[in-house]
Amino acid sequence: METMNFEYPATNAVAHRAHVGVVGSGDLEVLLEPSPHDFASVQVCTSVDGYGTIWKAVLDRFFAKHSIKSTIEINDFGATPGMVALRLEQALEQSTT
Amino acid sequence: MNSATSPQVLALHPFRRSFIELNARERARSLMDEGTFEELLGPFDRIKSPWLPAQGVVPQSDDGVVVARGAVDGCRTVVIAIEGMFQGGSIGEVSGTKIACALDLACEDNEAGQRTYAVLLLETGGVRLQEANLGLAVIAEIQSSIIALRRHTPVVGVIAGMVGCFGGMAISAALCSHLIATREARLGLNGPEVIEQEAGVEEFDSTDRRLIWSATGGRQRFETGFVDQLVKDDVAAIRAALRIAFQQGVPAKNRSAEIDKYLAFLAGIDPTAQLDASAVRNLWERA
Repeated sequence: METMNFEYPATNAVAHRAHVGVVGSGDLEVLLEPSPHDFASVQVCTSVDGYGTIWKAVLDRFFAKHSIKSTIEINDFGATPGMVALRLEQALEQSTT
Repeated sequence: MNSATSPQVLALHPFRRSFIELNARERARSLMDEGTFEELLGPFDRIKSPWLPAQGVVPQSDDGVVVARGAVDGCRTVVIAIEGMFQGGSIGEVSGTKIACALDLACEDNEAGQRTYAVLLLETGGVRLQEANLGLAVIAEIQSSIIALRRHTPVVGVIAGMVGCFGGMAISAALCSHLIATREARLGLNGPEVIEQEAGVEEFDSTDRRLIWSATGGRQRFETGFVDQLVKDDVAAIRAALRIAFQQGVPAKNRSAEIDKYLAFLAGIDPTAQLDASAVRNLWERA
């Protein structure tokens, strides 16, 4: 198990919090909450060690697209980068609808 | 998501909506009347296992149990759903305490004259081995909470699959007033791998799916009186089964009080002969 923290400057507000996914094989849960600060902070807890650069790449891409002022907690159980990106998009979608 | 279960939408789309494919939170929501789902100790309360990270296991923000208060078919109900995809639906200190406390709150409501039904969505391998004794202790709490509550109101267990219901939670299932299962469900004290490990592959081949379901599958458990209703893997079918269970109310005699009946059943078994599924059904019919 490995824990990582990331931070991104952010400009856009999020309407409300959202929770998606399950900490099951090949899946992850995402807890997304609005933040009053001008940045987004992400905490990742993953069952697979040593993939920090890939997590950074996935999150860089997400926040390049969506500059959201938020606090995000991810609990991961071996999801692929594609799965992580989809869950993040799903959480964002739920937080705006 | 919730609108997909409304009667109007179901009338427009009369195809089945799988219950098994839903996660625990979606399952609880799908059984409740639209707009009534209210979660207690949800993911953002972050009441999770302190023991899993200490052993290098990623925790889940709700510890794999969803407790929701609301209405089922117009009846005030607490729905407790175990997430089978997280750690095999195993019961740890936190997840088990959530279940026991929710049942106790329902018991208090009933004692105060507020009729509250309880539905347990059982998708669990039993105790969480990483939390050993704490998990076992809390399963005992769950069982005593079921026994206290079932005097006032039916406690309805639903085993849908695909994890099934095993270990100490199989005993909890057997204490429920009413049990509903699908053909995909399994109910047993020991899981197939445990039986094979302890008794040998000649006794029980844990890779033989036909054998496993013939012994512990939902249909067999229904045919042999351990399950009250066998339903399709369909949200509407499970809702209809809950309605029937609520209407039947508190049973005159709980299954776990039918001691003579089960002793007669056991007395009819010849342990020297290998039993198959149909032989067990025949014995049950004679008991």
